Amino acid sequence: MNTSAPGAGSNVSLERRAWAIRRNALRMGEVQGQGYIGQALGVADVLAVSYFHALSYRPGDPEWEGRDRFLLSIGHYAIALYSAMIEAGILPEEEIGTYGMDDSRMPMSGMAAYTPGMEITGGSLGHGLGIAVGMALGLKRKRNPAFVYNMLSDGELGEGSTWEAVMSAVQWKLDNLIAIVDFNDQQADGKSTAALAQVPELGRWQAFGWFAQEVDGNDMDAVVAAFDAARAHDGAQPRVIIAKTKMCKGIPFLEDREITHFVRVEPEEWAKALAILDEEKPQ
Amino acid sequence: MTDQALSRRRSKYTPRAAPGGARLATSAMIASLDAEGRETVSAPFGHALVDLAKDREDIVGLTADLSKYTDLHVFAEAYPDRFYQMGMAEAVMISAAAGLAREGFTPFATTYAVFAARRAYDFIIMAIAEENLPVKIVCALPGLTTGYGPSHQATEDLAIMRGMPNLTIIDPCDAVEIDQATRAIADHPGPVYMRLLRGNVPDVLGEYGYQFKLGKAQMLHDGRDVLFVASGFMTMRVLDAAKALRGDGIDCGVLHVPTIKPLDVATIVAEASKGGRLVVTAENHSVTGGLGEAVAATLMRAGVHVPFRQIGLPDAFLDAGALPTLHDQYGISVDAVTASVKSWM
Repeated sequence: MNTSAPGAGSNVSLERRAWAIRRNALRMGEVQGQGYIGQALGVADVLAVSYFHALSYRPGDPEWEGRDRFLLSIGHYAIALYSAMIEAGILPEEEIGTYGMDDSRMPMSGMAAYTPGMEITGGSLGHGLGIAVGMALGLKRKRNPAFVYNMLSDGELGEGSTWEAVMSAVQWKLDNLIAIVDFNDQQADGKSTAALAQVPELGRWQAFGWFAQEVDGNDMDAVVAAFDAARAHDGAQPRVIIAKTKMCKGIPFLEDREITHFVRVEPEEWAKALAILDEEKPQ
Repeated sequence: MTDQALSRRRSKYTPRAAPGGARLATSAMIASLDAEGRETVSAPFGHALVDLAKDREDIVGLTADLSKYTDLHVFAEAYPDRFYQMGMAEAVMISAAAGLAREGFTPFATTYAVFAARRAYDFIIMAIAEENLPVKIVCALPGLTTGYGPSHQATEDLAIMRGMPNLTIIDPCDAVEIDQATRAIADHPGPVYMRLLRGNVPDVLGEYGYQFKLGKAQMLHDGRDVLFVASGFMTMRVLDAAKALRGDGIDCGVLHVPTIKPLDVATIVAEASKGGRLVVTAENHSVTGGLGEAVAATLMRAGVHVPFRQIGLPDAFLDAGALPTLHDQYGISVDAVTASVKSWM
């Protein structure tokens, strides 16, 4: 089995991939005049490592049985995942201009029926990890060695159903399940840590029986190491990577803005943000 | 709290007069449905699933700590490696069933109807129905089949589930139908919610040479004065009521409607259009949002204007107690159905 991402052997750096993901996301935001750009910019490095270092997939065959499954719980992060899938060649770049438009294959909240490569319908939070448990059980039944990845958010950890799935994954010893928590400490009404008592995240997952790692989600080397360790770990237990990310990462004037769930971007600022990005194009 | 509930709690306990003078104990959730004078079959769902699974390796079973109370334990004993005990966690049971279906399996997920319809609704609609996945949700204690009170009595599950697009809903009558419907829903490519009678389940439809067909209502016998349109075990009750009413010169036909959604509009409209009959729907469910209102709306849309009455549970939180008492009290026993129809003629 192919155990590395199609881009893993490429000369294109992960920094360049993350740059391209950020650029695709900004172009989609510009098309709509809105979008969850703060989240997309923040999680771009984690997605670059997912799609160009960790995941096994075939860009032209998103249903390939041997693929690693990547489940996006957080439907509003679709802009980020589309950006990664465009860079990966799963979605065509020319459809960027359709983002969020009528009849587009890229609606603003991610849905399985609309988009090649979108494994589940997200948006109602607290669903993804439970579905991931079922898919991981199914893969084991089929003796398919693929991994199931589930990207969820810190706010989503407030949903009780997430913790049902956390316990179930341990019960069934799902060593083929890797959860990725994008921890940007921001949910719809404010800071996640101010909404529900979020005790130190790492210890909580460890106490439930997971192999847990916490990393700076915008430190590419640290993220790569965490994915490598999650896949290579030999314990019969599920794995979680808690990625602490910074909203709007990479666009300083947006990073400095008061951060909210739905970051305000003025019409002329999309081009300004793209220009900043273009000046710092990595090799 | 209602005045009735308050007064029940605050007033001194007075034993109520029970049929035959005996005081009946609360009907537990494990109780089988009473059906005097009829043969019963043990665990028809569990045995049908075991039989099916012989040739269908895609079939797996999941439960949320209720295998014994949904007859899934029969499957678990026969195929331990295809059975998933998910613990007392309905959300992950439903989500995991969706995940297994995504990987090509046909999951049968069981719990009580109250827990599936109320607690797991969001997971059923978004993870399963929206994606049209072939998950079969099979739920015990439909309607008024336990004396444990509102926490266990799923009197509104059909009302909840009928609003869900893509979902097929089955309310089977007896052991014969549970066996046949289990096989039929396994072959159906989409999601299904099936109400389950478990334990020792009466054989009612055997004598009619009945064969369940998904989406089809069937006349069990004709009658010129009344047309019963019934689902679930209320079909058994109206068959018995029809016998009693014949003695009073009232000739009742019985249309059995096991598929609540999609409703067999053509058959219901055709039978109700045969003029001169009182149409009486009968369901083990609240009069709000179940078969009765579905049939009423169907007839209105089709322009069929006939006398119409509804037999069902009241739109209320029901009492705890013994099922025979409660079925009399709420109008779904044979005697109560018989008396209601007589009063309407």
